[in-house]
Amino acid sequence: MNTAVLPRRRRARWPELLAHDWGGRIGAILLFIVVGVALFGSSFAPHGSTVTIGIPGLGPSPGAPLGLDFVGRDVLSRTLDGGRSTLLLGGAATALTYLVGVTIGLAAGNARSLVDPVLMRSVDVVLSFPALLVMLLAVTAFGSSRTVLVGAAALVLFPGVARIVRTATAEVATKAYVEAAVASGERAIAIIRREILPNVMPPIVADLGIRFSWSIILIASVNYLGLGLQPPTADWGLMVSENRGIISTNALAVIAPALMLALLIVAVNLVGDAYVRQLGRSKSEP
Amino acid sequence: MAIVSNTPGLSIETPAGPLTTSAHHPVIRFLVKRLAVGLLTLLIASMLIFVATNILPGNAAVVVLGRSATPTVLHHLEAELGINHPLAVRYLSWLGGMLHGNFGQSAVAKAEGRPDSAISFTLGSPLADSAILAGLTTLLLIPLTLLFGVLAGLFARRKLDHVISVPSVVMSGLPEFVTGTALIFIFFTELNILPPIALLNPGQSPFSDLKALILPVLTLLAVAVGSGVRQVRAGMIKILQQDFIRFARLNGIPEHRVILRYALRNALAPSVQVIAQNLQYLVGGIIIVESVFTYPGIGTYLVTAVTSRDVTEVQAAALVLAALYIVINIVADLIVVFLVPKLRTAIS
Repeated sequence: MNTAVLPRRRRARWPELLAHDWGGRIGAILLFIVVGVALFGSSFAPHGSTVTIGIPGLGPSPGAPLGLDFVGRDVLSRTLDGGRSTLLLGGAATALTYLVGVTIGLAAGNARSLVDPVLMRSVDVVLSFPALLVMLLAVTAFGSSRTVLVGAAALVLFPGVARIVRTATAEVATKAYVEAAVASGERAIAIIRREILPNVMPPIVADLGIRFSWSIILIASVNYLGLGLQPPTADWGLMVSENRGIISTNALAVIAPALMLALLIVAVNLVGDAYVRQLGRSKSEP
Repeated sequence: MAIVSNTPGLSIETPAGPLTTSAHHPVIRFLVKRLAVGLLTLLIASMLIFVATNILPGNAAVVVLGRSATPTVLHHLEAELGINHPLAVRYLSWLGGMLHGNFGQSAVAKAEGRPDSAISFTLGSPLADSAILAGLTTLLLIPLTLLFGVLAGLFARRKLDHVISVPSVVMSGLPEFVTGTALIFIFFTELNILPPIALLNPGQSPFSDLKALILPVLTLLAVAVGSGVRQVRAGMIKILQQDFIRFARLNGIPEHRVILRYALRNALAPSVQVIAQNLQYLVGGIIIVESVFTYPGIGTYLVTAVTSRDVTEVQAAALVLAALYIVINIVADLIVVFLVPKLRTAIS
């Protein structure tokens, strides 16, 4: 490698990523389909998602291709409707995770005082709990609401982001160009925005896929346990658990939401992994 | 869902704490330091659990008796459950009780007048059942993770690697309830060879119906082995690129010897941490897997307690799980330190 060449900005370009990476390509197509179904599916639903239309647990019929659920609602309509909550709550939790995690990471990484150890030790405390236990304690403390689900998932996931950002920030903060900016009297906010943030972006983005899929899984798991969103809401996690009893009469009532959830998570992971691979490639090539 | 935090573990920057023990040996000093940090974490965890379970307005007495309860009856039950004192006082007496193995009384059981309201009594059997489930999983988890991880690493980017790695990636990403439900569909609905639930009668040993344990164990394994294999594989690939492996090969040492004596030995140390992470994962994963199969362990106990808002039961179960989580982490760190001589000098 020619040392005279300045290091280029390590950025993965999305079109390139999809053209050369089979995992990323399949993931992107899957993601496009599942997100499309989750966001817009309900407008194509043949029935209302909370309307009883027939005998509970009835198998597939021309009117209801996926059969009916445990109280006789159309499984297809509920599956089309049940992804929105999964996707939006997971998305909100991820956004909150990054908002809190990046703020704390930047603060700790820049602080050359007690602020750093105090912040990072408090973050460690959260990590000494099993993730699902934190979710259950949050539900016990504040009841089951969308806000609590999003907040609890973010509480579980932000420490990881804070750590990554702190490490990257601390590394950049001692670089000469940051010192130069400090010496020239630039304001801290400007330094963080212009000098530090661009350099800590790649590791943050590389982690996005994992955090998003974890957000989805945590919230779906609480919903599955019956401690999150309450009936008659159509939600993939909740649908899997409420139809457990009729798996012998109409297995599709369980399989359809479970499969959608699985496809969503696999798609997010595939795209995330492809991005990380791309990042690794552009890093090793000069 | 293999959400396992990478707790600071061996990071050297863990706060030392004002320890002035006479221990000068680095390993002993590390051990004392690690235990102290662990105890402190557990103490903070117990506070957080206690505060979290006391935030909800309307205490256990109100929940149990219903909103229409007369003030006299309510007051009586509150006094009996000891929830009319300030929070700090209650925390200290709760913590004191815990240290003596007294986990308090189940609020719900007490109000219903059941004789077995002492939690230390009702918690024992679920804990033992969970230990059996987790123990069986661990017995299979360690050899399977190492075997598949090492094989995938040795045959990296070849057919065998893909056969192992692709399912691992998919499995490790899925929520337990999706995997568990898929297994129930295959082995119960379609093949009808395994039961969909692992319900036990009171006092019945899980070993008396081993068939019922197969699916819960498989579900836990799918997630834990999946995520472990990826990490062991990555570790193995990294080791195989090291100079000492190349030199061993150039020296004409037979390939099986290079792999067994040189590569595997060095890949083992990081693998201990991977496996420890997986054991930590089991502490959380068991909560949902037990619910999927209605297995009467600590996870089902916790979920039932949260559902019925039995605060004292939630506290006890949560504290036990958090303590296990912390202990596994410490033990793993110690094992790694004993396995890797290099770290012993690094921590001093």
